[in-house]
Amino acid sequence: MATLNNYLLVSGLLFAIGLAGVVLRRNIIVVFMCLELMLSAANLSLVAFSRCNPIHGLPDSNGQMLVFFVITVAAAEVAVGLAIIVALYRARQTIHTDELTSMKG
Amino acid sequence: MPSYLFWMFSLVMLLGGIAVIAFRNPVASALSVVTCFVGLAALFVGLSAFFVGVIQILVYTGAVMVLFLFIIMLLDLKDEVRRAKPLIPILGGLGLGIAFAAQLISVLAHNTDAALPELDKNTLVQASATLVDSGTITATGKIATALNAGSLPDVHLIGRALFTDYNLPLQILGVLLLVATVGCVALSKKTTPSD
Repeated sequence: MATLNNYLLVSGLLFAIGLAGVVLRRNIIVVFMCLELMLSAANLSLVAFSRCNPIHGLPDSNGQMLVFFVITVAAAEVAVGLAIIVALYRARQTIHTDELTSMKG
Repeated sequence: MPSYLFWMFSLVMLLGGIAVIAFRNPVASALSVVTCFVGLAALFVGLSAFFVGVIQILVYTGAVMVLFLFIIMLLDLKDEVRRAKPLIPILGGLGLGIAFAAQLISVLAHNTDAALPELDKNTLVQASATLVDSGTITATGKIATALNAGSLPDVHLIGRALFTDYNLPLQILGVLLLVATVGCVALSKKTTPSD
C-alpha cells in the first residue's frame, strides 16, 4: 500500500516540474500548461489528505469539494487566459515571451 | 491501490510532466499534458476519489486540453526555432525545480508517515450507522444502502455536501463562470480603429 508520504512526494515532484517549466520555457502557451500542472499537483495533495483524515471512517468530503472548486475555477481561468493570448497574438504576431517586452520597466 | 500500480501511474504522470517541458513542439507538449492528467486521474481513483478522477478526465483532458490544442492550431504555431538560449533562465528553472524537490524530500524524510486508513466493509457499515444516528442521512436512503452493501457512494456524498454545506459557494461559482464567458466574448471581439 502506498502511504501518505508517497502521494505527497509525487505531488511535490509534479509541482516542481511545473515550476521549472514556468521559468524555463519561453512559449507563453507552454508556460500556461505548466501552470495547469502546478494546480493539479496541489489537487493531488488535497485528495491525499482528504483520504488520510477520515470523518466517521469516510474520506473527508470537504477536501474533495475544494478540489472540485479548484478545477472549475481553473477551467474559467484557462478560457480567459487563452482569450488574452489570442488577443495578444493578434496585436503582436508572437507568443514568445522574450519578444513581449512593452511592460518591461 | 497496490503499490506497483501507484508507482506505475506516478511514473506515467511524472514522465508526462517532464515531456511537457522537454518537447519543442507545442502540440506535443499539449498531448504530454493529457498523458500526465490521465495518470493523475488514475491516482485519484486509487485514492477512492472516483468523482474527482472522472471530472479530472472530463474537464481537464476533455475540455481544457482540447481548448489548448484548438488555440495552438488556430494560431498555427510552428516548432520553436532553435535560438541561442540565454543560460540564466535555464539554470534558474532547473535550479528552482531541483531546490524545491530537494527541500520536499528533506521535509518528507522527517515527516511521520501515515498509512491510508482502511475503507473495508466494516468501516463503511460503521460510518453508515454513525451518520444515521446523527441524523445526517436516512436509514433507507441511497447513501446508507450503498454503505451497508460495502461500497463507497462517493458521488452521492459529494453531491450531498455540494447542495447543503457548499450551496452558496456553488452559486458564486456559477456567477464566476458567467463572468468568464462574458470576459472571453469581450476579449475576442475584434476592435476596429474607429471604436
